[in-house]
Amino acid sequence: MKHTLAVLVENKSGVLARVAVLFSRRGYNIDSLAVGVTEDPTISRMTIVVRGDDHVLEQVTKQLNKLIDVIKVTDISSDESVERELALIKVTADANTRSEIIQIVDIFRARIIDVAAKSMTIEVTGDEEKIVGIEQLLSSFGIKEMVRTGKVALTRGIKSV
Amino acid sequence: MTGATEKMTGARAFIECLSKEGVEVIFGYPGGVLLPIYDELYDADVRHILVRHEQAAAHAADGYARATGKTGVCLATSGPGATNLVTGIATAYMDSVPMVAFTGQVPGSMIGNDAFQEADITGITLPITKHNYLVPEAVELPRIIKEAFHIASTGRQGPVLVDMPKDVTTDELDFSYPEKVELRGYKPTFNGNLLQVKKAAQEISRSTCPVIYAGGGVISSDASSELLAFAEKIMAPVTTTLTGIGAFPGNHLLSLGMLGMHGTKYANYAIQESDLLITIGARFDDRVTGKIESFAPNARVMHIDIDPAEISKNVHVDIPIVGDAKEVLASLTKHVMKCKSENWIKKVGEWKVKYPLHYVNSDEFIKPQYIIEQIHEACEDAIIVTDVGQHQMWAAQYFSFKEPRMFITSGGLGTMGYGFPAAIGAKVGRPDKVVFDIAGDGSFQMNSQELATVVENDIPVIVAVFNNGYLGMVRQWQELFYEHRYSHTCISGSVDFVKLAEAYGALGLRAARPPEVRPVIDEAIASGRPTVIDFIVEREENVSPMVPAGAAINEILDLERKS
Ligand SMILES: Cc1ncc(C[n+]2csc(CCOP(=O)(O)OP(=O)(O)O)c2C)c(N)n1
Ligand SMILES: [Mg+2]
Repeated sequence: MKHTLAVLVENKSGVLARVAVLFSRRGYNIDSLAVGVTEDPTISRMTIVVRGDDHVLEQVTKQLNKLIDVIKVTDISSDESVERELALIKVTADANTRSEIIQIVDIFRARIIDVAAKSMTIEVTGDEEKIVGIEQLLSSFGIKEMVRTGKVALTRGIKSV
Repeated sequence: MTGATEKMTGARAFIECLSKEGVEVIFGYPGGVLLPIYDELYDADVRHILVRHEQAAAHAADGYARATGKTGVCLATSGPGATNLVTGIATAYMDSVPMVAFTGQVPGSMIGNDAFQEADITGITLPITKHNYLVPEAVELPRIIKEAFHIASTGRQGPVLVDMPKDVTTDELDFSYPEKVELRGYKPTFNGNLLQVKKAAQEISRSTCPVIYAGGGVISSDASSELLAFAEKIMAPVTTTLTGIGAFPGNHLLSLGMLGMHGTKYANYAIQESDLLITIGARFDDRVTGKIESFAPNARVMHIDIDPAEISKNVHVDIPIVGDAKEVLASLTKHVMKCKSENWIKKVGEWKVKYPLHYVNSDEFIKPQYIIEQIHEACEDAIIVTDVGQHQMWAAQYFSFKEPRMFITSGGLGTMGYGFPAAIGAKVGRPDKVVFDIAGDGSFQMNSQELATVVENDIPVIVAVFNNGYLGMVRQWQELFYEHRYSHTCISGSVDFVKLAEAYGALGLRAARPPEVRPVIDEAIASGRPTVIDFIVEREENVSPMVPAGAAINEILDLERKS
């Protein structure tokens, strides 16, 4: 089972290390971790995707809460949240393949952000399925390089975590 | 912030902060980056005890904290000084001991350059501190020290490290000590949820075979009298963990002594047959539970703990109550009724008679258990600090403790070398008490250099070396599980502990035959001097009973050696 945790932390140096050490020491598996400052500059927000059953999730949540610099931990795995990830994908491209790649990019409502003689770089935003989908289709052209941000998520509606 | 501010250096502010926190003693060792602080300590009011190894400073701060309930303080220089604290910090962390460890650090501008004596001590201690700080600027020092003491001493207690770059101690700041801490990420739950408490009370009144399993948390929360009132009201027998020893009077009718690997048979049997396990301030350590799937198989599990992360960590908990043991027990006792436990108490009482702790004494050789009994007889209200090994288990088994904070031992980490420096800390904190360090010949050699500290500062602790010429606990396992192949566990013949004591100016005594045991104990107590007693004990005595690793706790063996 995958869970998405929204973790509000003090925006201080060293907090990421504390979280990372906690996960590695207790043997929890992180699928992805994205972090950035929030509307309040003293608070950063981490979106952590962890793998594990309910017992693991409960332990992860409690252990995170024990960190002094962690302000709040919320499980937002349910349908009541919107989730996005951004990926940049650099594919091999030449005059012969370029138009085919552009078609795929259109279908996925992705964007081309760099074009060169032998390559194209594509920006795609979406949920995991979409990113895996475009990656698969583009792989036949040859993916030179790829980077993903990891998932970020917000709850739906007016309520916040 | 309140009051007028005053301009001073970080080093001076450090001293001021300690005084605001009511710190009466620091265990420390100087070095280059600490020169500004040591210069302040030269004529400061706070007592500083110079140890001979920084590990001893950390253990002494820990022993002081466990003996007094106050927060222990140690101080070490950057690099090797700081890394020497690590074992002591980890020891305190595993047993949830309130401690603030201060370290010097290279100047901020040099951090990250592999400067002389630079070590990333906040990085190193991340997983073994409750929290730690690298002080960025002198102005932050008072707030950080305030927070450090607050975090160390509240909630589930533990060590906090404060790393102070040299420039932080030399820069000037406008000093004022904050009155309150503001930590939005730290709000320990103190009072148990009343609904849960009432639910627990109902569950208790339905139980016919309850057992209370009490750990070190009862002592940390100063909840011994609440535990006694609770146990007597519901009429449930009480077993304690190693670090919970003293939380409940050992001589009480309801006491089952210690449980687990070297616990009493009757405690382990009671756990296995109980229908309700009331766990208080304990954490289901593997040395307690044995094979975890077979632990307390018939029992509903209730768990009272200040740390929510302990609930259902190792064992599924049916009735959790998160809160401070003292508060929760007081409120539970109010709501609870007596269990229908008459038959159960009778049954457990029969086990106590049928399966007592026992050993075969000898006229010829000194049995280690006999020494413990003799120390108990000579001075039953002594503070007993131990090292780690067989001697530690005998102390836990054969000394009957009536009060908390009288038995001080490294439980979670099992740190050899802990005993002597921790005894120093205990004696400094409780000068009114006779303090014994029950030491192994192996363990004592890990910190025997502290003889210099006790002699120089006239700290009269009594080190009782249980000299079996072996790393006995490991030898015991080799005997039982590795066909008597005593690989690198024989340490006999190397040290004359009497001469060692004398070389440092301490009193050295020896007992080699049973009749000599009591006289040397009495002599050591009467001397009022730092003393080492070399007890030449039966070499291959085993700790009994014993649950082999991986077995259920009722699969407990007698290992008693006839001689
Ligand atoms: C620092 C450290 N190193 C190693 C161990 C493993 N260990 C546990 S008990 C023990 C033997 C202790 O020997 P001694 O102090 O003589 O006590 P005895 O068991 O003989 O009473 C050892 C090596 C430990 N607990 N701590
Ligand atoms: Mg030994």
